[in-house]
Amino acid sequence: MMRALLLSAAAMIALPAAAQDIAITNAKLVIGDGSAPIEGGTVVVRGGKVVAAGAGVAVPAGVERVDAEGRYVTPGIVAAFSRVGLTEVDAVSGSNDRSAARSRFSAGLDIAPALNPMGSPVAVNRASGVTRAIVAPSTSSNLFAGQGAVVDLADDMDMVTKARALQFVAFGEAGASKAGGSRAATFLLFREQLLAARSYARNPAALAEWGNDAMLQRADAEALVRVIDGTTPLFVRVDRAADIVNVLKLKGDFPALKLVLVGVTDGWLVAREIAAAKVPVILSPLSDLPDSFERLAATQSNAGRLKAAGVDVSVGVFDDDDAHKMGYATQYAGNLVGLARLPGASGLTWDQAFASISSAPARAVGMDGSIGSLRPGRAGDVVIWDNDPLELGSRPAAIWIDGKAQSLTTRQDRLRERYATPQEGALPKAYDR
Amino acid sequence: MIHGVKGSLLAAVSLALVGCAATGKETASAGSKPAASADRPAKFDKNPYPSTYKPYPGRPTAVRGVTIFDGEGTRIDDGVVLFADGKVEAVGGADTAIPAGYDVIDGSGKYLTPGIIDIHSHLGDYPSPSVDAHDDGNEATSPTTPEVWSEHSVWPQDPGFSRALANGGVTALQILPGSANLMGGRSITLKNVPSRTVQGMKFPGAPYGLKMACGENPKRVYGGKGRMPSTRMGNFAVNRQTWAKAAAYKKKMDDGKAVDRDLAMETLAGVLTGEILIHNHCYRADEMALVIDMSKEFGYKVSTFHHAVESYKIADMLAKEGICSAMWADWWGFKMEAYDSVNENVPLVHHAGACAIVHSDDANQIQRLNQEAAKARAAGRRMGIDVSDAVAWTWLSYNPAKALGIADQTGSLKAGKMADVVLWNGNPFSAYTRPEKVWIDGALMFDAMDPRRRPVSDFELGQPGEGDVK
Repeated sequence: MMRALLLSAAAMIALPAAAQDIAITNAKLVIGDGSAPIEGGTVVVRGGKVVAAGAGVAVPAGVERVDAEGRYVTPGIVAAFSRVGLTEVDAVSGSNDRSAARSRFSAGLDIAPALNPMGSPVAVNRASGVTRAIVAPSTSSNLFAGQGAVVDLADDMDMVTKARALQFVAFGEAGASKAGGSRAATFLLFREQLLAARSYARNPAALAEWGNDAMLQRADAEALVRVIDGTTPLFVRVDRAADIVNVLKLKGDFPALKLVLVGVTDGWLVAREIAAAKVPVILSPLSDLPDSFERLAATQSNAGRLKAAGVDVSVGVFDDDDAHKMGYATQYAGNLVGLARLPGASGLTWDQAFASISSAPARAVGMDGSIGSLRPGRAGDVVIWDNDPLELGSRPAAIWIDGKAQSLTTRQDRLRERYATPQEGALPKAYDR
Repeated sequence: MIHGVKGSLLAAVSLALVGCAATGKETASAGSKPAASADRPAKFDKNPYPSTYKPYPGRPTAVRGVTIFDGEGTRIDDGVVLFADGKVEAVGGADTAIPAGYDVIDGSGKYLTPGIIDIHSHLGDYPSPSVDAHDDGNEATSPTTPEVWSEHSVWPQDPGFSRALANGGVTALQILPGSANLMGGRSITLKNVPSRTVQGMKFPGAPYGLKMACGENPKRVYGGKGRMPSTRMGNFAVNRQTWAKAAAYKKKMDDGKAVDRDLAMETLAGVLTGEILIHNHCYRADEMALVIDMSKEFGYKVSTFHHAVESYKIADMLAKEGICSAMWADWWGFKMEAYDSVNENVPLVHHAGACAIVHSDDANQIQRLNQEAAKARAAGRRMGIDVSDAVAWTWLSYNPAKALGIADQTGSLKAGKMADVVLWNGNPFSAYTRPEKVWIDGALMFDAMDPRRRPVSDFELGQPGEGDVK
């Protein structure tokens, strides 16, 4: 009986190959831009994009209707800082493409060809409601980690939404260890590499003359040119308050930099400075341990205090995992709602919390015009939830990405079905599938 | 992973052993029968670092109008709990009489539970800040180190203890050595009370445990040094040889023969006599089955498999053997032996009639074990295993108390037991809920409404964020 239940649950979602024109009606509709849910709302997706969402939206003729039966309907979750698609099993090095410790290249690395849309973490994260992810390489031996991408988590082979969507660099303790041992070395190396890239942009032939003493490979220089001119957002891992202030000052030398701060554990101490610089932040919001000397003031009220100061806050899931459990985004956002209700603590409203895992990360990476909410023109990434999406244990009942219905079945589901009754039957478990 | 949590997980995830009865400062004879003075067995103190913990003063307290999960599976709506002198006095319905002189707390809309007990923590041994100087969780210099005791590494000033209290409602926890070694050393069970010394935190009378570890970690750590073990079969060979030596040591003692004092063998002999409980880090089902046979070969019992990512594959065997599984709700994919994780592991183990425990092994997740249990319960419900809120709470307090040998003292709200109690500001299986008050032995140790009832460790004093809400 249990097995029958499982199979029927797995079979609920069909797998059409093409984008559907679809209207989801009777929804508790969450746009994802920080506005309040709309009871009895409708969202219409045509040609893979949202064309209308709200109350009193007419369903065009010929568009398939899905009755949400009053359940929450939201944009898919955008994982704000992740390694989804870059690793299958972290400790199995051949399956792990997060970083390139022995490469002679750094900023020029481009993760796009390393992404594996068929990896099981893609399916597991998708089944928890994540439809897009900002994916960054990890730093290893060089200061610059390389160029990340914005991806979708659909069950097809085309994972890249936007390649070279960001450059990643770590300051603070991690950056110091790569630059030679001190924060002074980090700031100098950063500046010298960007100046070298600027020279390269003015005179590409000069690179050949630098020879073996070159500070940069050609590919690295090209990538940093795009950082200097603001084409590629620069994601900077930084936690200590003084480091944050100094990173914000980088715009003095390189005014076109599009900075995004990642981590920002002690950010609440300099919330006004971050807000004044109009630099968005992506934080892992439940970090509250002084687990290093650059995170002494860690508190779960960081997100709420930054938001209250006017900072654009995205909630990510990292420091405890960054590839396999992006579904924690909803749990973490839910915790921020709980904090807002606790005397003395700071958190977010439900509407702010949901936006922090949908439209805010899209905005941080400069793509809120195309993903992250159900406003017209955005990708048709839609989730029907079985319950409040920020509440524990809620799961998607149906997901569309670019208007295509998605499988919610994972390898984990197959294992659970096989062992719903652990005893072996007439034949060994190996025949049970 | 931007910083070291996953790194430390890979290197150190595991349980610790603990061992030894810590019941009183008894001076035990190593031998059981009189012997000639020439070969009189050595006498040694089984409890040389005794607990100095004494409950802090509390006030007679009544919480009324509250939803109660008693920790053993019973729910009482609109209930009353009375505690005084450190003990639970009564747990009942709205008609329970409240004696005069009690502080009365209106619990309407709130929930009252036994404190959460984390059976797998490294707080103090891997404290914050996680600098090299604090890396005290694994004596990774020999594949078997049953002679080390985790309590000798615990730094009581670890700020993580206060986070587990204030955000997690954790009132007791087992500190285990890491999993680099096959036999990592003794564990210790602590009350989650701040103290100048680890002795001031030790749970009075709790048995010691011995941490053992299967699988990838020991063979990687020692194989990487060109030493045995470098394979799973090497793991078993080293374990069996060590148990054989321990059995011979114990026989010598039982026969009243003189033995040179051997701290490692004392711990293992304590396991063989049943005084010390085995906590065995083990992910894979097939390895757990082999460990069960090894335990029978040498005559000991496994209390709990920790991590136990594949317990669902052998839940029937674990039920039959009476072995607990301490599990995460949904951690997976960080290493090969964590690849076959399913979100339904906890409810599947429970459903098979085996003992299920939700554990953390992590200074962050220890702050929301209630949320982990909620996710596991929801996954079970989706596959038709309907576990009530009150029954699911057994995964968080009573079952870990049983596995630690302290269920007669704590882990549920029963008259006469320690008043280790959490008042939650809503249903603790909601993401929106936080502890409002936490009592340990009836003393109010945390109050979300009172910044003065918020522990601040020495390390945090005078630092940015001192005394913050965290």
